[in-house]
Amino acid sequence: MHRDDLSHDHFAGTLPAGPRRGFRIGIGGPVGGGKTALVAALCAQLRDELSIVVVTNDIYTEEDAEFLRRHAVLPDDRIRAVRTGCCPHTAIRDDITANLAAVEELIDAHDPELVLVESGGDNLTATFSYGLIDAQIFVVDVAGGDKVPRKGGPGVIRSDLLVINKVDLAPLVGADLAVMRADAERVRDGRPTLFTSLREQPDVPDVVRWVRERRAVPVG
Amino acid sequence: MGLAGLLLLADSRLPAGGHGHSGGVEALVDRGLLTSVADLALFLDARIRTAGLVAASFTAAAAALSTATAPTPASGELGDSPIRHSRGWAAWDAGLDVRTPSAALRAASRAQGGALLRTSGRAWPANPALRELAVLRRPHQPLVLGAAATAAGASPAQAAALALHHLCGGAASAAVRLLGLDPLAAAGAQASLAPLADRVAGEATEAAVHAVAADDPDLLPADATPLPEILAELHHASEVTLFAS
Repeated sequence: MHRDDLSHDHFAGTLPAGPRRGFRIGIGGPVGGGKTALVAALCAQLRDELSIVVVTNDIYTEEDAEFLRRHAVLPDDRIRAVRTGCCPHTAIRDDITANLAAVEELIDAHDPELVLVESGGDNLTATFSYGLIDAQIFVVDVAGGDKVPRKGGPGVIRSDLLVINKVDLAPLVGADLAVMRADAERVRDGRPTLFTSLREQPDVPDVVRWVRERRAVPVG
Repeated sequence: MGLAGLLLLADSRLPAGGHGHSGGVEALVDRGLLTSVADLALFLDARIRTAGLVAASFTAAAAALSTATAPTPASGELGDSPIRHSRGWAAWDAGLDVRTPSAALRAASRAQGGALLRTSGRAWPANPALRELAVLRRPHQPLVLGAAATAAGASPAQAAALALHHLCGGAASAAVRLLGLDPLAAAGAQASLAPLADRVAGEATEAAVHAVAADDPDLLPADATPLPEILAELHHASEVTLFAS
C-alpha cells in the first residue's frame, strides 16, 4: 500500500491509473437482478484475455465478495469489498472516496486492464458517478415487472448499457418482453439494451461483446 | 476568515468518506448498548470529552502548524508555516497512532484521512501543508482536517470545532439510520451538547497552541473511552456490519 514509486500524482485527487489505464465499469441495479452473477460471468469469460479486478459494495456483508471468491472467478487478492454505511448509492455516487481508495489499491497491486465496480442492491434511482467509472451497466430483471423500463429513472434511462435479466422467467411472471423492449428503446435515446438469462446462458455473449467494444474506445 | 470554506468542510455532503463510518455507534447498537436518543446523547457526551478532545486538539494543532506566518512588511508576502520548522507531519501522525490503541480505529482514521486529503487536494490544490501531508499517503483524519481548515481560511479554534461537529454528526446520523430514531430528536440531542462541544473545542485549541509552540505532540491530550476501542476490534472482525467502523 505504501509505495513511493507510483508515477501518478496522488494529490491530484483523481483516480490514478496504472500504465495500462484499466477500463472501469460500474454494475448497478436493484436487489436480486443478477449483478453479482453478471460480474462472475464477465470474470469467467474475460479473465483469460484481460487482467481483471473487482470492487463490491455490499449493503450488509462481504457476501458478494464471498460469492465471487467461493466461485473462484478471480484470485482472492483481486476482489475488494467496500462497506457503505446503510447508503449504497452514496458510496457509488455522492461520496465515492472509499471506492476510489479500493480501486486505487487494486491498481497499485495488479495494474489491471478491466476494473469492475459492483454496487450494492439499491433502487431505480441509484447510478454511478463518472468520477468513479468510465461506463455503467444497469441490471434489472423481468420479475420486477415489465413496467420498469417505462418508469425509467436515471439507471434505466442513462446507463451506458441496460441489461434486462431473467428473461426465462417472463412467462411465469406475466412480463411482456416486447413491451419492455419498446419502452426501453423509447426512454434510452439510442443507448443499448440487452436481454439475458444468466441461468440459461451463463456466458452472456452479448454483454461480453459490449464490454470488449467499450474497452476499445479510448477514454480520458 | 473564510466562512464559506469552513462551511464546506462542515457539510456532510462533502465527499470525505464519513458516511461509511458510525463513530462506534453500530458496534453498540448491535450489542443492545445504544437503543435510544437518550443513549446517543450519553455516548456523545463521553466521546466529546475523550476521543473528541483528542481529535479536536490534533485538528487544531494541524491547523496551527499549517497557518502561514504574517506577511513581512518588506515584501508583503506570507511567511513560512510552522510545520516547516517542526519535526514534521510524521511525528504528529505518530502522536495519533499512540493515542488510538485499536488497530481497526487507526485504519478507520487513516481511511477517512486519505479520503479527505483526496477531496481537499482537489479543493485547494496549491496548499503547501496539504501537499506535505500527502507524502504520508493516508495520514490520520484530524491532521488532514486541520490542514484543510487552514487552507479554507479557518482558524485553529474553528478547526477544533469542526472535528467535534463531525464526531457528533457522524454518530447521530448512523444512529438514525441503524435504529430508525427520530432524526428531529437526534438533532435536539446534538444541539443540547453544543455548549459542551464548544467548551472542549476551546480546551483543545489551548492545548494545541502549547504543543505547537513547543513542537511536541506529546503535550496534546490523550483521553480515551476504552469500551468503544474494544468494540471497534470486535466490530471489525464481525461478518455482518453496515459501517466500516
